[in-house]
Amino acid sequence: MLFSPPARAAERPRPRLSAGIGRAFRRLGWSHLPLIFAIVVLVGLVVIAITIPWWTPYDPVALAGRRLQPPSAAHWLGTDALGRDVLVRTLYGARYSLPIAAGVLAVAVALGVAVGALAGFLGGLIDNVLMRLADITLAFPPVLLAMAIAASLGPGLVNTALALIIVWWPIYARLMRAQVLNVKKLDHVDAAIVGGVKPGRLLFRHIMPLCWSPIFVNMTMDVGQVILLAAGLSFIGLGAQPPTPEWGQMIAEGASNFYCWWIALGPGMAIFLVSLSSNFLGDALRDVADPRGRQ
Amino acid sequence: MLKVVVRRLLVMPFLLLGIVTATFLLAQFTKGNPLISIIGARNLDNAEIVAAAKARWGLDGSVPERYATYVWNLAHGDLGTSFRTKQPVLTDLAQRLPATLELVICAMIIGAVGGIVLAIVSAEFKNTFADHLARLVALLGSCLPVFWLGLIALFLFTVQTQMLPGPGRLDIRAVPPPAVTGFMLVDTLLAGNWGAFVDALRHLVLPALVLGWSVMGIITRMVRASMLDVLGQDYITMARAKGAGRLRVLIHHALANALIPALTILGFTFAYLITGSVLVETIFSWPGIGSYAVDAARSLDYPAITGVTIIGGLGFLIANLLTDIAYAVADPRMREAG
Repeated sequence: MLFSPPARAAERPRPRLSAGIGRAFRRLGWSHLPLIFAIVVLVGLVVIAITIPWWTPYDPVALAGRRLQPPSAAHWLGTDALGRDVLVRTLYGARYSLPIAAGVLAVAVALGVAVGALAGFLGGLIDNVLMRLADITLAFPPVLLAMAIAASLGPGLVNTALALIIVWWPIYARLMRAQVLNVKKLDHVDAAIVGGVKPGRLLFRHIMPLCWSPIFVNMTMDVGQVILLAAGLSFIGLGAQPPTPEWGQMIAEGASNFYCWWIALGPGMAIFLVSLSSNFLGDALRDVADPRGRQ
Repeated sequence: MLKVVVRRLLVMPFLLLGIVTATFLLAQFTKGNPLISIIGARNLDNAEIVAAAKARWGLDGSVPERYATYVWNLAHGDLGTSFRTKQPVLTDLAQRLPATLELVICAMIIGAVGGIVLAIVSAEFKNTFADHLARLVALLGSCLPVFWLGLIALFLFTVQTQMLPGPGRLDIRAVPPPAVTGFMLVDTLLAGNWGAFVDALRHLVLPALVLGWSVMGIITRMVRASMLDVLGQDYITMARAKGAGRLRVLIHHALANALIPALTILGFTFAYLITGSVLVETIFSWPGIGSYAVDAARSLDYPAITGVTIIGGLGFLIANLLTDIAYAVADPRMREAG
């Protein structure tokens, strides 16, 4: 028989739990390895960032041993020019970089989505004014705009975050506007208008729920980008200031003690792992959101 | 498509004015006192010196007045005078542009060639180990922070193995060749100094590789996707059926068409390269515009930082315009479809 009827649940033998996990992993298989990697790294870093003060042996900003020691059993990633433990500082760095990325993206997306949805929904003059503002912002190379903003507001983490928000909102405004314009053409929107739905309800209940998936995919991808640019700004001295254990700032300290390679190793790897994970996660999300694009 | 290009050209002056206005407004928010970097903190109490400096650097007058002066000067090609170098910003930038261009062009070649090769490999061997490896190599480039990569590369190749020289464009003891084009590789050749040419090339290898690798990711991703699109088309099957070799199909039949959609990321790549060159130049003490911008931002030299921002914005606008034009030229369908 070509199509055998499915076995009823009661007749199926119940697998042991361990075999179940093994089978689940086999079914997920190698193609999901990046996703698993990303989840492990990101969840791990969040847990570390939250719990770190309770279990580290050293203070991130206090003397922990002799200066400029290479990696050893007591200091796994060595110590920096002020005798601080590099590994502990790197792990503490997650408390700066992750909240910055999350905060910047939350505000930039909220702002961009609001602007883009309004522009796409209302059209006309408001659309024009809002989108020309976005165009002007997008006409700047991101790093130069961020540098100019950070330089004029003064160095510091909060100002860096502000600069990054200004750099990132127009991307989401454009994305949301394009989505709203597309969804507006769909039949169910016409039906709702004919049915007498008020504009506010039309936008929030009939249009916007269909617009989110590319926004989420982009957001996930951008976590790595935001962290890279934030660290870059700190590296050139416009972001976090010493003695903050921020990753970009730590790499700058490593650069000034050039022969002690271990000082920059930890923060560099941390930035790399987060940005790789955000890429993997974004790819996986995109496959879910748009299976046609899977290649 | 021609319409799109013309529309872009018409919008450009307005975008440029927007950029200029935005940078001017930003400079007004400056918290630090620029007078400190002009006359030094000690002279701030001396009213006479302060007044003279304000008049000299155009810091007196109301905001609209200053804005009008600023736009007027810009229209005449005057970007102001750097507080730090005491030179016109345009002169500073013109002096430093060749160094950045030399680095960026080499990085672009490395990124494009590497990215296209990786994309071809990963498209031809889709979903095999070679595909995953090629994509991972490309992805690593865009995920590794360039400033850290530069640092590690410098340490490995100049300190540990001493295979390559350290930062800078030439050996410090070497006499630089007379500046003709400003491109070190060209100038050393023009001076007939073969040894200096090799030295300049060896100095260029690491920064160009680091910067090139950082743009390889987006290029590979884009070319691979369009390559897969093209490889699925009928004319490729046709070419294969007629017995064209594997490599010939890839390079001769598929690549040219696959590169057209990939042209759209040129502008995007430009933005990536600017970001990268700011950081790479800082690590490699490369005397280009990127490190100039960093020095300017650090010392609150805001005529310089606004100057760099405006020129960078102009470059970005032109890069985007060129992308549109290149796309129109490369794809005949676009020329007809207004």
